[in-house]
Amino acid sequence: MPRKIMGHCIALAMILFTVSLPVLASEGVDARINEAVKPFADTVAGLVFVSFPVAGVQIPFVLVWLIFAATLFTLYFRFINFRGFKHGFELVRGDYNDPMSAGEVTHFQALATALSGTVGLGNIAGVAVAVSLGGPGATFWMILAGFLGMSSKFVECTLGVKYRNEYTDGTVSGGPMYYLSKGLAERSDRLKTLGKVLAVLFAVFCVGGSFGGGNMFQANQSFTQLVAVTGGDTSWLADKGWLFGLIIATLVGMVIIGGIQGIARVTSKIVPLMGVLYVSAGLIIIFMNLSEVPVAFTSIVTGAFSAEGIAGGVIGVLFQGFKRASFSNEAGIGSAAIAHSAVKTNRPVTEGFVALYEPFIDTVVVCTITALVIIVTGTWNPSVDPSQGVALTSAAFESNISWFPWVLTVAVVLFAFSTMISWSYYGLKAWTYLFGESMITDAVYKLLFLFFIVAGSSMQLGSVIDFSDAMIFAMAFPNVLGIYFLLPVVKKELDEYWSDYKAGKLKKFGKAANRV
Amino acid sequence: MDKVLLVGVDCSNCSNRALEYAAGSADDGKTQLIVVHVIDWSPFSFNTAQENAERHKRREAELQRAHSEIVDPLVNDLRQKNIIARGVIRHGHPADTINAVAEEFGATDIIVGKTGSSRIKSQLFGSVANTLVQISKIPVTVVP
Repeated sequence: MPRKIMGHCIALAMILFTVSLPVLASEGVDARINEAVKPFADTVAGLVFVSFPVAGVQIPFVLVWLIFAATLFTLYFRFINFRGFKHGFELVRGDYNDPMSAGEVTHFQALATALSGTVGLGNIAGVAVAVSLGGPGATFWMILAGFLGMSSKFVECTLGVKYRNEYTDGTVSGGPMYYLSKGLAERSDRLKTLGKVLAVLFAVFCVGGSFGGGNMFQANQSFTQLVAVTGGDTSWLADKGWLFGLIIATLVGMVIIGGIQGIARVTSKIVPLMGVLYVSAGLIIIFMNLSEVPVAFTSIVTGAFSAEGIAGGVIGVLFQGFKRASFSNEAGIGSAAIAHSAVKTNRPVTEGFVALYEPFIDTVVVCTITALVIIVTGTWNPSVDPSQGVALTSAAFESNISWFPWVLTVAVVLFAFSTMISWSYYGLKAWTYLFGESMITDAVYKLLFLFFIVAGSSMQLGSVIDFSDAMIFAMAFPNVLGIYFLLPVVKKELDEYWSDYKAGKLKKFGKAANRV
Repeated sequence: MDKVLLVGVDCSNCSNRALEYAAGSADDGKTQLIVVHVIDWSPFSFNTAQENAERHKRREAELQRAHSEIVDPLVNDLRQKNIIARGVIRHGHPADTINAVAEEFGATDIIVGKTGSSRIKSQLFGSVANTLVQISKIPVTVVP
C-alpha cells in the first residue's frame, strides 16, 4: 500500500525534524531566529495593531473594526443576539432534527466542535489580564463585547453554511475562504475579483494564525503553567520545554497524520468535562465568597464607568474588556465559520442561531466566572505581568481550593491540545485552499504544524508569538470587509426563515412535536 | 397485511434466535416482518472538526455496510422462506430507535434478543431489551 509507506515516511521525517529542534534551542538558535524574524514580525504586528490615541490610551484599529462590525450586525439584524436566543436553544436541543437525517452532523455537534476550538486559554489567562489591567470594570465591557460578538458569529456561520463546498465524495468544506470568493462573485463581476483577493488574504492569515495563536501560544502557555505547578524555576521540567513539545507534537501528530482518531475522540470527550469542572469549581468559589458577590457586582458596574487608578481611565477599562473578549471568542475573526459549516441543514441560517451560543458560553458565562473568581478572592492587582495570566487565575483558585492548580493545569493542557487540533484543521483548510488538495501539500502543512508545537514550547520566541497573534487578528480584515457586502444575503435568509418560524411552518420532530 | 412484526438485529449471527423466533411467527403469508438494525449514534456527541467534515461520507459507508453485511442477507433468507420481509437501517439510540420504527410502521409486536451483557452492566447502563420493555406501547418479546 503506497499510502501506508508514505505515512511511515512522513512519520519518520516528522520525528527527525522535531527531535533536532531542542538541540537547536539549546545552542541559542531561538535567539537567532528571534533576531531574524523580529523586523518582519514587528512590521506585520505594527500594521495589524496600528493604534490611535483616544483619551491617552492607544486603541488598536482592529479592535474598533471588530466592535463596530459586531454593533452594526446587532442593529442591522434587529438584536438577533437576543431575539434568536430561544430559537437557537430549540435547534441545539434537537427539536428540529429530522430522524431521517440521524447520523449526520447535528447542530449540537457543530456547536460543540466550534466551542472546543474557542474555549481555552483566553478564558483562563486572558480574563485575568483584563481584570488586572482594567480593574473589575473590564468585566462589564467584556460581557457587552460577548453579547455583541454573538451577532458577528450569527452572520459568519450562516454564510459559512450557505457557501460551503459539498464534494462528490460526501465531505464538506466551508469557511470564509468560500463565502468570500463564492458569495462576492454572486453579487457582481467587479466584486468577484475583490472576493478572490479577500479569500486568499484570509487563507494566508489563517495559516499564520494556526501556527501561532492556535499552536505556539497554546503550547507555550500550557508548558508555563505545567512548570509553575511543578515548582517553578526549580522544577525538573523547567528547562525541558522541548520534551513537553515533543510529547504534545507526537500526540497531535498521531491524530492529524496517523489518523488515530481515538486520541481526538477521547480528548473531545474529556475537554467538555474539564469545561464543566472548571465552571463548577468557579461557582463553588463564588458561593464560598457569597458575601463578596454584591460588592463584586457593584465594582464591576461602577468600575466600568469610573476608573480610578486605571491607565487610560474609562477608555482603558473598556479597551481591556473588549480586547480580551475578542481574543477569547474570536467573533469576527472567521475561524468558527469553518467548524460550523459541516452541519446537516438545508436552511443555513439555522446554524447562525446555534452559533449565538458560542460567544455566549465562551464569554458571557465562562469568562465572567473567571472574572468573578478573581474579583471575589481579591487576587487581582494592577501590577501583574500580562504574560502571567494563567498564574493569576491559578492563584485565585488556589486561595480557596489549595489543590486546584493541579486540576487547572490538566485543564489548561487539554484545552490547549483541543485548540491545537481545531486550529490544525482550520489552518489545513486554508492551506489547501491556497495550494490545492494533495497528499504532499497536506503532509507539508501538518509537518510544519508539528514543528511549531515544539518550537512554541521550547523557545522563547516573543516576536514570533506577537506575529502570530497579529495573524489571527488580521483574519478579521478580509473577513468582516467581505461580510459587509454579503449582509443582504443573510438578511434575506433570515427574513424568510423567521417568517416561516413565526407562522409555525417549521416541522418539529419527536417529543418536541407535542410541545407547544 | 394482517400483522406487522418487528425484529431487532445486531449483527448477522448474534440475533439468530430472535430472528428464528420471529420468522416462525411470520410464515403465514399474511404477516410482514420488519428487520431493523440500529447503528449506535447520538446527536449529542462531541466530535472533531475533521470527523464532522467527513460525517456524511462515513454515514453513507455505515449504511452501505449495514445493508450488505447485516440486513440484506437476512432479508433475502427470509424471502426465500416465503416470508414478507423488509429491512430498515437507522442511526440512533438502539431502544429509542427500534421503538420509533415500530410506531412508524404500525408494528403489533417487537421481538429482540437478550444481549449477553453481564448483570451489573445491564443494571448500570440498561440493556436494549430492558429499555424497550419500559418505553414500548406494544408487546415486546425478549428471546433468550
